[in-house]
Amino acid sequence: MSLKIIVLAKQVPDTRNVGPDAMTPEGTVNRAALPAVFNPEDLNALEQALRLKDANPGSTITMITMGLPKAADVLREGIYRGADEGILVSDRPLGGADTLATSYTLAQAIKKVGDYDIILCGRQAIDGDTAQVGPQVAEKLGLTQITYTEEILSIDKAAKKIVARRHIDGGVETVEGPLPIVVTVNGSAAPCRTRNVKRVWANKNREFTTWGAADIDADPMQIGKAGSPTNVKAVKSIVFKAKENKTLSASDADIEGLIVELMESNTIG
Amino acid sequence: MDHPLMRRIVELKERNFADYGQYDYACKDYEDALDNYDKLLEIAGDVNANIIGVNAEAVDAEGPGCKDGRMIYASKTVENMDACIKAGLNGLTMPRRYGGLNVPMTVYSAANEIVSEGDASFQNIWSLQDCIVTLYEFGDEEQRKKYIPRVCAGETMSMDLTEPDAGSDLQSVTLKATFDEKENCWRLNGVKRFITNGDSDIHLVLARSVEGTKDGRGLSMFIYDKRNGGVNVRRIENKLGIHGSPTCELVYKNAKAELCGSEKLGLIKYVMALMNGARLGIAAQSTGLQQAAYEEALAYAKDRKQFGKEIINFPAVYDMIATIKAKLDAGRSMLYMTSRYVDIYKALDDISKERKLTPEERDEYKKYSKLADAFTPLAKGMNSEFANQSTYDAIQVHGGSGFMLEYKCQRIYRDARITSIYEGTTQLQTVAAIRYVTNGFYQSVLADFEAEAVAPEYKSYAERLVAMREKLAEATEKAKAPGNQDFLDLCARKLYEMSALTIMGHLLLQDTQKAPEMFGKSLKVFMNYAESEVAKHFNYVNALDESQLDAYRQI
Repeated sequence: MSLKIIVLAKQVPDTRNVGPDAMTPEGTVNRAALPAVFNPEDLNALEQALRLKDANPGSTITMITMGLPKAADVLREGIYRGADEGILVSDRPLGGADTLATSYTLAQAIKKVGDYDIILCGRQAIDGDTAQVGPQVAEKLGLTQITYTEEILSIDKAAKKIVARRHIDGGVETVEGPLPIVVTVNGSAAPCRTRNVKRVWANKNREFTTWGAADIDADPMQIGKAGSPTNVKAVKSIVFKAKENKTLSASDADIEGLIVELMESNTIG
Repeated sequence: MDHPLMRRIVELKERNFADYGQYDYACKDYEDALDNYDKLLEIAGDVNANIIGVNAEAVDAEGPGCKDGRMIYASKTVENMDACIKAGLNGLTMPRRYGGLNVPMTVYSAANEIVSEGDASFQNIWSLQDCIVTLYEFGDEEQRKKYIPRVCAGETMSMDLTEPDAGSDLQSVTLKATFDEKENCWRLNGVKRFITNGDSDIHLVLARSVEGTKDGRGLSMFIYDKRNGGVNVRRIENKLGIHGSPTCELVYKNAKAELCGSEKLGLIKYVMALMNGARLGIAAQSTGLQQAAYEEALAYAKDRKQFGKEIINFPAVYDMIATIKAKLDAGRSMLYMTSRYVDIYKALDDISKERKLTPEERDEYKKYSKLADAFTPLAKGMNSEFANQSTYDAIQVHGGSGFMLEYKCQRIYRDARITSIYEGTTQLQTVAAIRYVTNGFYQSVLADFEAEAVAPEYKSYAERLVAMREKLAEATEKAKAPGNQDFLDLCARKLYEMSALTIMGHLLLQDTQKAPEMFGKSLKVFMNYAESEVAKHFNYVNALDESQLDAYRQI
């Protein structure tokens, strides 16, 4: 049975290859020094989408990204690997968004797409590491969510049911959910397949539909800076250095001592 | 890629870009075509770096199996195949109307080299897709429509030629083909041995269709479709190298088959064409192995410290690595020059089926088919010998560690060993090439190269190459003089190498003119190597005379 699949993807600075000039003297990310890449866990999400498409002929995958015009690169990359459509949500008033404004904007775009069975995205983006956007999109759309997913085990459109395996501390659990649903995919899921030659040749000059704030009927107070209660005070590059080892027993006294020590050093609390 | 011949190749292959507008993935002009080729090779590189190369050691350790008459690939080989299908790396050279990518052999050779660098055993399975070229060239339209799209979609192929008593001597093939009047089809019965990827989806089979014949003229080529059944795998060979490549013994029991092309032309025409394609494939595989040898040797030598410094700093070590690199660059240049020659004549041959060639095109066809025929045995023989030498040296650079099984260099050393044996041993490449030595064709090719412009700073290299050609001419006369075939055959390998090394010297010199930063070092090293090898062979032939033949005969 064919599925309507939406994949949310983000173009991010490649923080895995951080050089000494990664930060500006002002403490912000020096985007010029970091190549823009497809957020790695969004690629894991795309692979899950492609597997659903393989197993359910006739399915379509629509990718949505929010960002600068050059974020269309991730849409093209998705098409190279097997996605069908791409929508770029890009508009000056959308800039400076935190996770709240971003999830609102994406949810508005998804509402405009309208017809969908499943929305997939990566667990988190490597530039922010918040893991908030996926769950917030689910909330705003009033949908169930499965987070930290490693594999979609089955999907039944007629019964409106999905079964997935998700990563939890110390193991995995298998859960069942209703359709439509938001699924965030963990980095431990299957890696994304490579580009396909014919798809690259056919789509290398492809342009994408661009939606601005007005196209998605967005409330100006909920998008961009206006819709973002988060204020970043400073971004610092902190290098952790191992000092001496400390061995603790499992006694209550030792554990309490550790907690006090960590709180005093502001590591927790 | 931007070689002057490339524009002509693309023009012929794309028929002036007639597919543009008809297929969404067709290119619109020369620049677009080159961009597409680059993108294809990037994808091949990606698949190799992230999947094939990563899986190579596991494939080597597991190898294929055999159960209930069927061959089972190593599990990671299956993963590699799936990755190639998803990446669309199948049916590369086939026309778009059958689902192919319509790329020239030159690009296919490059992809072939990339795959081999990662895992030479997987290259065997993947590159057997080029058997489809023979089916395309000699099969009828119905067969083309039936089989080519399947190969473009990732089905595998094999060429079932050798038998227990027919190895290098394919004229002795006995697998029997009989016509089944009732079912209006051919039936195959017999045994094939040493069949690479022998449980493939689509087989090209050499069989004896004329009863009572004993030589090549009674042999025809057949297509066996696995979907019809009738062929079982009796055993899988246990080999020194390319463990992931299943080498099968096949039993044909009344297997239904289709005749491909005309009867009796199986060996003399079709298999010769098939083998020439396969030889180019092995030249590419050998080049990939040389690349792997270079990378392994270089990485280890930069990392390993002895006597207080990295061993790359010792002349005895960098001599080996520089020689590996020089042979690699020269051999690679030979591979691509041969591929370009093949491209031009094959494209013209294909066009000749659509319309009559102009007299100029006919001359062009003749010129390039002769060059392809003369260069293919050089590219295959020399690169496969280089692959053996360079993987040997890569182990030497590793010292004791190289002998231990945990380093990659031991695998590529084992994998390289077959390259100078299958698809015609180096000795048979010499047989194929020797007439171009004795009839002076290589010398005329060299004379053409000598006429090409050379920048003043490279004049001395050009002069040394002239002297090498003169030595070749002298040694050839010496070998021919007595009019004794055995004596000529004894000298043949030396003359073959002298020809090949001198040609490669020219190719590298031309490459260096275009990109001195890439080839300058290799040119210097290769010229020293090639010049001394030519002198060595020259001295050897000079020292030989007919009266010594007895000393060589160990009978």
